Amino acid sequence: MKIALKNCQLVHPLQKINKKSNLLLVDGVISKVGNLSAEDLKNAEVFDLKENIVVPGFFDMHVHLREPGREDEETVITGCDAAAVGGFTGIACMPNTEPAIDSAEVISLIKGKAKNHLVEVFPVGAATMERKGEVLSPMAELYDAGAVAFSDDGVAIKTARILKTALEYSLMFNTPIIEHCEDESLAGGSMNEGITSTFLGLPPIPSVAEDLIVMRDILMAEYTGGKVHIAHMSTKKSAQMVREAKAKGLNVTCEVSPHHFTLNEEAVKGYNTNTKMNPPLRTQEDVEAMLEGLKDGTIDCIASDHAPHSLEEKEMEFELAPNGIVGLETQIGLALTELFHKKVLTLEQLIEKFAINPRKILHLPICKFEAGETANLTILDLNEIWSVNTAQFKSKSKNSPFNKRLLKGKAIGVVNKRKMFFQGKNLEL
Amino acid sequence: MPLSSKHLLGLETTPKEDIKLILDTATTFKEVLERPIKRVPTLQGKTVVNLFYENSTRTRISFELAEKRLSADGVNFSVSTSSVSKGETFKDTIKNIEAMKIDMVVVRHSAAGTPLYLTQLCDAHIINAGDGIHEHPTQALLDMYSIREKLGKLEGVKVCIVGDVGHSRVALSNIFGLKTIGAEVSVCGPATMIPRNIQDLGVKVYYNIDEAIQDNDVLNVLRIQLERKARGNFPSLREYHRFYGITNERLEKNGKDILILHPGPINRGVELASEVADGSKQIILQQVTNGVAVRMAVLYLLGTQN
Repeated sequence: MKIALKNCQLVHPLQKINKKSNLLLVDGVISKVGNLSAEDLKNAEVFDLKENIVVPGFFDMHVHLREPGREDEETVITGCDAAAVGGFTGIACMPNTEPAIDSAEVISLIKGKAKNHLVEVFPVGAATMERKGEVLSPMAELYDAGAVAFSDDGVAIKTARILKTALEYSLMFNTPIIEHCEDESLAGGSMNEGITSTFLGLPPIPSVAEDLIVMRDILMAEYTGGKVHIAHMSTKKSAQMVREAKAKGLNVTCEVSPHHFTLNEEAVKGYNTNTKMNPPLRTQEDVEAMLEGLKDGTIDCIASDHAPHSLEEKEMEFELAPNGIVGLETQIGLALTELFHKKVLTLEQLIEKFAINPRKILHLPICKFEAGETANLTILDLNEIWSVNTAQFKSKSKNSPFNKRLLKGKAIGVVNKRKMFFQGKNLEL
Repeated sequence: MPLSSKHLLGLETTPKEDIKLILDTATTFKEVLERPIKRVPTLQGKTVVNLFYENSTRTRISFELAEKRLSADGVNFSVSTSSVSKGETFKDTIKNIEAMKIDMVVVRHSAAGTPLYLTQLCDAHIINAGDGIHEHPTQALLDMYSIREKLGKLEGVKVCIVGDVGHSRVALSNIFGLKTIGAEVSVCGPATMIPRNIQDLGVKVYYNIDEAIQDNDVLNVLRIQLERKARGNFPSLREYHRFYGITNERLEKNGKDILILHPGPINRGVELASEVADGSKQIILQQVTNGVAVRMAVLYLLGTQN
């Protein structure tokens, strides 16, 4: 099938493209970029994009699909549906499923479920068996089966010894170890430690719990030469340490989640359990450090840490409620509103954080606007003003603190794997 | 004049006028407690549920007595928090209780913020009887009542809260209430028991108990919760008593008349030496009596609001 995307603003930071143009896709492959002739348009389904933005497909490298184990909260398919609506053509899913992603079978199961979906799913393997931090997982086997990185996410790799082993072992496949940075002995609280936790009487998590493991991991990356990727970074000190590590040329990358650059700990007042996540919302100073880190390139990617939880699990006393919020369907809107429109990032920088850097970190191909490339695209409307409505989420879970928030800009379509999702409709190409 | 709020969730947001109104109303009820027949018909026909998700003896009995003396129908509902994870959710429990047509809920829960959550789940008046390490407003009100009764005022009175301030709902409610009413508040304890940034609340910090005694008119001595020791917040009871225990020797050395409060139950020989616990400076049992009067005042002011 032939389709024409007319009147696009093509933006591609790697190709240094930012121009008005048209795309012709034949059977999901780019066949022409530029002016389209009458011949080109013959028998083509034409979409007038009205100067909306077309960029390489966005990728979310931190998603919790709850399959296997908690299919009541999210399945591979509902998670992929949410990703497509949210503007993503690929996601990496974290291994804290039940059972954990510590066997090739679980990877096959997940990849099998996602096989026919527009959104590609790349599992992150557990670094250790059952994520317990004791015995290394069969990393080579997981890598062969399709794991793109390794992590004990939910917790940091338990000991320096096993972290060292995992980093050394991962050198063989050049994959990063993704770390949830939190010192176990300081963990377990409900919100960031500070005056607000005192006011609210909530058990605190000190920011130093994150900083300690970030420091450990940077040192270990330096020592082993392995790659460390800091997941959902949230503190000013961590950002500073990563900045210094990068200046030294170490193999350290990091991501930030939209809630950590849009909300501070004061959002917890009122005990809304949708403001409970780990790492917790930090101080305004930390929020500003995240913005600074995004701006100066310290922070490589934006990732949602999409963590679905059922209503009955979140409708609970704050201290007893589980951590995490869903984010796939709000994060591009939040990033465009808070980063692009507020001039923290240029559009090119934003595309780097969402499309280029995550794929580079995970060694995945990046679609170029050239004839012969398989189309893997995200289409953005930068200026649409819309209100978040969790009831309409494709995700099975609705646990978001951003319900009813007014946002400017959203993804209106994605193209990948000979499929297109555009303005709410699915098309086979 | 009615209270400005439908609930008593904490003293953080309770205005001065409301605190004064509660304390003044408690004075009236204290007189009732002196009568041979200690009962007034004020809340006849009103139903109060005492919803206790955490063990409590004195607070629950104090509320129960306050309810009986106002002729309200008090019903006890005790659950252990551990059953939450296995059985009915908190929300379902509340919906069930509300369906039985109740007017007020007195709630004690190990999780901070639960009373506020309760206001979102049902229409009844909610009284916080202690939520986690957050607030315990009626305890602070009875402490304030007792200080005012003894010293004649609260404005300008210097009160030091001694002990594990960081894990105490009594401390936080006292800080909020006393600050609102115009007292000078300080805290004293080992550094591991003092929350970070507590100075931002306008509270002075002492690490030395002798200085605290010298500077203050009132010591509100918190109970050392023995289970905290397991968490390693202090090395030993012996060390705590030696450096922070209130003894006659320490009071005499600092040569000052001082009022001693304690929310109970006392660990004799830990935070208070026995001779102090039974001595002339403490008003621990008056606090217990006043607790009933203060809780009557709160129940009355909320229960007659509509």
